[in-house]
Amino acid sequence: MLQFILRRIAVLVPTFIGVSLIAFSFIRLLPGDPVILMAGEHGMTPAQHAAAMHALGLDKSLPLQYLDYLGGVLTGDFGSSVVTKRPVIDEFFSRFPATLELSICAMILAVGIGIPAGMLAAIKRGSVLEQGIMGTALIGYSMPIFWWGPLLIILFSGILGWTPVSGRISLMYYFPTPTGFMLIDSLLSGQEGAFTSALSHLVLPAIVLATIPLAVIARQTRSAMLEVLGEDYVRTARAKGMPPRRVVGIHALRNAMIPVVTTIGLQVGVLMAGAILTETIFSWPGIGKWMVDSVFRRDYPVIQGGLLIIAIIIMLVNLAVDVLYGFINPRIRHT
Amino acid sequence: MSKPLLAVEHLDLSIGDRPVLRDVGLTLEAGEVLGIVGESGSGKSMTANAIMQLLPETAQWTGSIRLDGKALEGYDEARMCTVRGREIGMVFQEPMTALNPVRTIGDQVAETVRIHTDASRREARDIARETLNRVGLPEERFSLDRYPHDLSGGQRQRVVIAMAIVLKPKLLIADEPTTALDVTTQANILALLKRLVAEDGAGLVLITHDLAVMAGMADRIVVMRNGAIVEDGRTQTLFTTPHHPHTKALLEASTSAPAGKRQLETSAEILTVSGVVRDYALPRRSLFSPAASFCAVDHVSMALRRGENVGLVGESGCGKSTLVRTILGLDPLTTGSIEIGGLPFHAAGSKPDQALRRKVQVVFQDPYASFDPRHRVARLIGEPFHLLADAPRGKQRRERIAAALADVGLQPDDAERYIHEFSGGERQRIAIARALIIEPEIIVLDEAVSALDVSIRSRILDLLADLSRRRSIAYLFVSHDLSVVRAITDRIYVMQAGRIIEEGETERVFAEPRHAYTRSLIAATPDIERELAKSRRKAERAATP
Repeated sequence: MLQFILRRIAVLVPTFIGVSLIAFSFIRLLPGDPVILMAGEHGMTPAQHAAAMHALGLDKSLPLQYLDYLGGVLTGDFGSSVVTKRPVIDEFFSRFPATLELSICAMILAVGIGIPAGMLAAIKRGSVLEQGIMGTALIGYSMPIFWWGPLLIILFSGILGWTPVSGRISLMYYFPTPTGFMLIDSLLSGQEGAFTSALSHLVLPAIVLATIPLAVIARQTRSAMLEVLGEDYVRTARAKGMPPRRVVGIHALRNAMIPVVTTIGLQVGVLMAGAILTETIFSWPGIGKWMVDSVFRRDYPVIQGGLLIIAIIIMLVNLAVDVLYGFINPRIRHT
Repeated sequence: MSKPLLAVEHLDLSIGDRPVLRDVGLTLEAGEVLGIVGESGSGKSMTANAIMQLLPETAQWTGSIRLDGKALEGYDEARMCTVRGREIGMVFQEPMTALNPVRTIGDQVAETVRIHTDASRREARDIARETLNRVGLPEERFSLDRYPHDLSGGQRQRVVIAMAIVLKPKLLIADEPTTALDVTTQANILALLKRLVAEDGAGLVLITHDLAVMAGMADRIVVMRNGAIVEDGRTQTLFTTPHHPHTKALLEASTSAPAGKRQLETSAEILTVSGVVRDYALPRRSLFSPAASFCAVDHVSMALRRGENVGLVGESGCGKSTLVRTILGLDPLTTGSIEIGGLPFHAAGSKPDQALRRKVQVVFQDPYASFDPRHRVARLIGEPFHLLADAPRGKQRRERIAAALADVGLQPDDAERYIHEFSGGERQRIAIARALIIEPEIIVLDEAVSALDVSIRSRILDLLADLSRRRSIAYLFVSHDLSVVRAITDRIYVMQAGRIIEEGETERVFAEPRHAYTRSLIAATPDIERELAKSRRKAERAATP
C-alpha cells in the first residue's frame, strides 16, 4: 500500500512541472511586457524600465527565469502582489479558509444528497421516482451558476427574506477567528446568534456551488449502481439468503463507489471553478473572489501564484482520491 | 417410500408474456444427485432459479415446490431469505464473477453464517475457516484475508462452494459449476461436490449441458427442452436406452466425430514456428530490484501443413493464448521467428509482415463479444477486406459477402441484420464466414466451440471439416476440451507451462500418451462410456454382499 502511495506521488512530479510551466508562461505570453503593464498610464523612462526589468529578473533568458521562479515556488515564494505588496502566499492563506469552508459544505451537500439520490434512482429503476430524480439532476447540471445564484437570492433573500444577500456573517458580530472557519469560530466565540448568522450566510452559496457536483454525482452513482446490481456477485449474495436491502448496502455500494470516488475527486476542480462565480455573486471573501479581483486589478503575480496554488491543491486532492481508491478497491493496490 | 427432499410439481413459469417453463415436475431424495441436461434456453437454469425464487420481477409462476415437506410457494421474500443459503445452497457457473471483488474470501464465507445464525464475528470466521479447509483451501496457503482476484478460477469456485455449504444445507444446486474450468480442475471440483454431498447427506441438483459430466455424477437425469421435461430416468437407463428423440440427438451429438477424417499425404508446411519465446516483464517488487519477467511461451517450435488440422491443448495459463497472439502477429516475440508458406512473417524485433498476415484468420471463443454490436453483418464480415490491396467494391463485394454467408449455411439476407439477432451457433458461423472471406490458408480456432451446446457444436465441427476438405485450409485448433480436439484434429501439440511437452498423431497421443501430464489431462476428461462403466462396476460391487 505504501508503495502504491509513493508511486502516486511520483506521478505528481511531472504534473507539477507542467502546471508550473503553464503558470510561468501565462504572464510571458501576454502582449507587451509586464513592467509596462504594471506602470500603466504613468509611463517610464527606458532606464527605469531596464532597472525594473532587472529587479524582477526579467532580463535573464527564459529557462533561467523559469528556474528562478521554480526555485522560489519550491521555497514557498510565489511572488508578491503588485497592489498590496504582500506575499501572494500570505494573501492566499488569509482567504483560503473561507473558500475551504464553502467548498466543504458544498461537497457534503453534493455527496450527502447525490449518492443516496443516485442509489434510490437505481433501485427504483423505471419508476416515477427515478425519472423525477434524474430529471431534476439534469436540470441542476444545466443550471448556470451566474443565473441560479441570483435566482435564489431574489427568492430567499428578496421575496422571502430568509437569508442575507452577501458576506460570511452579519456585521454586528465580531470575534477572533482562530480556525478561519466561520461556523466553528462563531460557536467558539459564544456570542448568541453568531452561529445562526454564519449558517444563514453560508446556506445559499453552498447550495449554488453544490448543484452541479450533486447532479453529476447522482447520475454517476445511478449508473454505477445499475451496473453493479447486474453483477453475478449480487446474485450470489441473494442466493446466500441476504435480504435485498442489505445486498445493496453491503455488496453493491462499495463496488459502485469505485467510479463515484473518481468522479468526486474530479468535482473538486469543478468546485474551484464554481467558487470563482459563486464567491463573486455572494461577495464571499474567498480565493475565487480574490482571483477575480486580481484580474480586474491586473495583479499578475497574484493571478500566476494563485493559479499555481489552486492547481497544487487540486493535485493533492486527487492524490488523496487515488489513495482512497486503493482502500476501496483491493485490486488496484497490486498494479 | 420416504418423503422426497425436493418435489416440484406442475411448475409453469413465464417472464413478461413469454412462457419459460411448462409443467415441470421433478423429485430428489436426500443423498441423491439429480442431473438436469438440456441446451441453452431449455429452461434448466430457470428451474433452479425458480426453486430458489431468484426470478426477475416480471416473472410469474404457478405450481408447487416442496422442500422437505414445506411448500415454498406460500413463502414471501422475507421467509425465502431464511431458506436461501441455510436450506438451499447454490453454486454458479462463472467463478470469476460470482465473488465480490472488494471483500475478502473469509468475509464472504462468514457472511452466510452471520445472515442465518447469531454467531459472533469470530465464531463465523472460525466456521468459515473450517469450511474453506473442507473444500480444499488449506489454512497455510489460503488465509481468510485473501481477495478473490488473487485466486485461480478453480480456487474461486471452491470459495463459492464453501459459501453454499457452510451451513450444511439439505439441498445444493450447482448450475454449470465447471463449464468455465479446465478439465483437471473440473474433475477436482466435481469430485469435491460429490464428496461434500455424500458427507452431509444432502441432495444435489446438478445442471450442465455436458453429458459426459452427467454420466459420472448423476444418479438420475431429467432432459429438458423448450422449458419442458422430455425424458427422465436413471442415468444408466437413460444413456443406454434413450426414448425421446431429443435425448437420442443429444447423445449422438456429444459423441459424434465429423465424418471422414482423411489420410493426409505429406504436404508443404504452411506455418512454421521456430524457437518462439515470449517474456512478459513483471512489475518490480521494489524500486531497486531488477525487473523480473515471466516466460509465457518458452522455446516453442511447431508446424502446420497445408490443409492439416492441428490441435493445441493445455490448461488455462499454459501459454496457448499468448502463442496464438504471436502467430497472429498481435504480440511481439522475445526471440524466435514465424514463417508462413516459407516466407518470414514475424521475427523478434520486427513488425509482422502485413501482406502475409492476411493468410491467417482467427475465430475466437465468445461469438458475441468479438463482434461490434452496432455494425451490420455485412460490415462485420467484410472487415478483413482491408487487408487486401485490391479489396472488392460495390456489387462484387456484396457477392463475396453473400457467398461467404452461403458457405457457412446462412442466408444472403442475413448480411443486413445485426449480431444480436442471431443465436450463439449462428454467430459462430458468422465468425467463421469472417475468417473465410479473404480465403486464408490458416484459420486459428481459439476455443471456438467451447461456449456452444453439444448439438450446435457438432454442426459447427461438421461445417469446419467440410470447409477444410473443400478449401484445404489448415486449422490450428486451440482448446482445453480434449474430446473436441480428438474429434477433429490430425495431430496435436500438448502445452504445459509455456512448453510443448508432447506432440504427435492425435490417435497415437490419445491411445498411448507418453508424457505424464498428457495422461493426467486425458484421465480428467469426462467420457460417457468410461463413466457409465465405472458406475456400473460400483453398483455391482454394492449388490454383491
